[in-house]
Amino acid sequence: MIQAIPFFKPPAFALIKLILKRVGSSLLTLFLVSVVIFIISGFLPGDAAQEALGQSATPEQIAALRHQMGLDRPAIIRYYEWLFGILKGDAGQSLVANMPVKDIISERLPNSLMLAGFTAAFSVPIALFIGIFSAIYRGSFIDRFFNITTLSMVAMPEFLVATIGVLIFSVKLLWLPSIAMVSDDADFVSTLRSLALPIISLAIVVIAQMARMIRATVADQLDKPYVEMARLKGIRFRRIVLIHIMPNVIGPIVNVMALSLSYLMGGAIIVETIFNFPGLASLMVNAVTSRDMPLLQACSMIFCSAYLFLMLFADILAIIANPRLQVQ
Amino acid sequence: MSEFVGHFDINRRDLMVSAMSGAGVLLLPQNSGAEYKPRHGGSIKVATQATSTADTLDPAKGALSTDYVRHFMLYNGLTKIGPDLIARPSLAKSFESIDLKKWHFILHRGIRFHDGSELTSADVIWSLNRHFDARVASKMATIIKQFAEIKADGRYDIIIELSDKNADLPSILAQSHFLIVKNGDNSPKGNGTGPFKLAEFKPGVRTVVVKNHDYWIPDRPYLDRIELIAIPDEVSRVNALLSGDIQIINAINPRSTKRIKANKKYDMLATPSALYTDLIPRQDMMPTGNPDFVKALKYLVDRPLIKRALFRNFATIGNDQPIPPFHPFYNNAVAQTSLDLDRAKWHLKRSGFDGVRIPVYAAPAAEGSVDMASIMQEYGSRIGLKLAVNRVPSDGYWSTHWMRHALTFGNVNPRPTADLTFSLFFKSDAEWNESGWKNERFDKLLIAARGEAGFNRRKQMYGEMQQLVHDYNSVIIPVFISLIDGFDRRVKGLKAVPLGGMMAYQFAEYVWWDA
Repeated sequence: MIQAIPFFKPPAFALIKLILKRVGSSLLTLFLVSVVIFIISGFLPGDAAQEALGQSATPEQIAALRHQMGLDRPAIIRYYEWLFGILKGDAGQSLVANMPVKDIISERLPNSLMLAGFTAAFSVPIALFIGIFSAIYRGSFIDRFFNITTLSMVAMPEFLVATIGVLIFSVKLLWLPSIAMVSDDADFVSTLRSLALPIISLAIVVIAQMARMIRATVADQLDKPYVEMARLKGIRFRRIVLIHIMPNVIGPIVNVMALSLSYLMGGAIIVETIFNFPGLASLMVNAVTSRDMPLLQACSMIFCSAYLFLMLFADILAIIANPRLQVQ
Repeated sequence: MSEFVGHFDINRRDLMVSAMSGAGVLLLPQNSGAEYKPRHGGSIKVATQATSTADTLDPAKGALSTDYVRHFMLYNGLTKIGPDLIARPSLAKSFESIDLKKWHFILHRGIRFHDGSELTSADVIWSLNRHFDARVASKMATIIKQFAEIKADGRYDIIIELSDKNADLPSILAQSHFLIVKNGDNSPKGNGTGPFKLAEFKPGVRTVVVKNHDYWIPDRPYLDRIELIAIPDEVSRVNALLSGDIQIINAINPRSTKRIKANKKYDMLATPSALYTDLIPRQDMMPTGNPDFVKALKYLVDRPLIKRALFRNFATIGNDQPIPPFHPFYNNAVAQTSLDLDRAKWHLKRSGFDGVRIPVYAAPAAEGSVDMASIMQEYGSRIGLKLAVNRVPSDGYWSTHWMRHALTFGNVNPRPTADLTFSLFFKSDAEWNESGWKNERFDKLLIAARGEAGFNRRKQMYGEMQQLVHDYNSVIIPVFISLIDGFDRRVKGLKAVPLGGMMAYQFAEYVWWDA
């Protein structure tokens, strides 16, 4: 029996209004984040000139370099210059690398996106499968098995997973490279091979987190009266899960995924360190230690926008999937 | 901040003999590597421990090991330093000075930059004068102040006039910062006379160089291609070596040496170096201004324990002065201070500070300092000295803590000459006179030794300076830390140069791939 799914096209107007509102508040958030980062980084000991010249600098040298970097001007002026620059699409010049921030970022951003993308493509289907499967067979042996594995995977720190992975697959078996070297001349297969260990290390934690959330959400829906009703009507169970339950759980699930993905963008620092992966997170740490303000600001803006964008995307998807939310 | 070096098995006697003979070729064949004839060809990957977006192609700005390695691949200096620590001619075919003040360097003819232009005195003068320019932010800005005049004397001759005598000029010029770039090159991009040409450079990511087929030293270099990256995480660096992804690494933690020894395909080179982490009691603060208190601290240091436990014996016992035992100018007559709790207790009582709680600042930035502080705290508790160990973050340590409290830790890298170490860290008016001591006799000797050409006379003067530092400066130098490189056994020709790992970063020109 084929049943019409209550799946209305939302009034485009309401959706656009929501998007505009969210974009507006996102811009405000970005602005506040940039202010906070600028102020906090001002509290760090030393500045770019001192860090660049190192231990052996004389005060005159530091003063000269500070002047050259423009660090001798008041912080508020530097901030305004940066702000107007970024509004015009110019992220400024890196104080340390002597090249435009844009160039440095464009070198690293694709790497981070690639790593996040591959990891997501690998984790999402597995997490969905584990989550839904163990929700359906709640209490069964397989559910308990997944429960224990995912729990221990969540509890296992990434560096442990990564290090054990390297010891087994790189050092002992010599199957996979221990460092993720991405180069422009590498073909797809060798890129994938060098990324295999980082992807697996990241995916393990991400899969476990997502699977647990998905299981909880789906299990919650399974207890709802409408599911019982559907079962009493004699609808096939697979159909109940895919067509009745799914629209109700897409919202929370997409939210979980968005959180995981935004974590993959910026939170991969440990994996980047262990595999020496030239991604954005290590670039940002680098910017902090070298006190490279323009670079630091650019990185934080990217992480923040990625987060906000993914959240917005998740909300829109949830609204489209669940007509009840459109009324609110 | 700490920079490392590689190792080898040159023995001390060899080192001393060749140092004193003052003659011979740059790399005396001292180990088994010499049984082989260098092979040409091959491509290797090399990983150092430090990189950042500040990576540079400008020798004057070099700040980290990766920079030094890169610069020695692409450029040459007027002079160079080999395993015996003696500076020999490189781009200059000879140098001489009658009064140690006015120096005459004569360049080899026909040396070409990678772009095909010939090396002339103008390039040298440009390269040296750059260090005066504050906008270049040269690491040698302080050193260059000794240069009163640098001028050309024809196309291939250079006259350098110093403001004061300095017998060490050739060693100073052998540092990577003084490598020669092209005349007019404001921000050098790799166009040097060096053994390799730049193929790719991404700051903070990697450097690729290929063999310079027109290199001015015949038959060199041996390798076709080197890819240089940095793996800051030590465990990852060792893993990368053991998994065959990388062929040479530096800065191995002594704790990892077992893992490398366990694998027959890899080997290590331990370079005894003058690198040290020191405890600095400031003489202008209390209680560290009290000589008895400092004495108590010195008797409280268990040097063999530090050598064994912290550095797994990859270290040389130190004696509170910065010249290591394998240095040509080492004074072996200075009595060794060792752990003596009774004396420590007696001096502590006399200082009147027993029972007083004293903070000591340590950070991972000063290698081993946190553990050293804990060891001293333990021994201190046995004699009534309460050391409170403040472990602070490495980030910003040098600008906010180092030398700013009564008791902090420092970390001093090997310098090419005894004079540089003494001038930078021990001269009364030095910026980093760590303990803040003032000693007229020492300052006088330091200046006088620069103007002295005879080896024996210099050794005597530097010997007295070591005694002075040991007796009157409060700095405590428990051990000199050896630098450990790891390499694939198919890499041949790697030797220890005690100024830094990876043959003091100069390996690229000398190693070959035997496979």
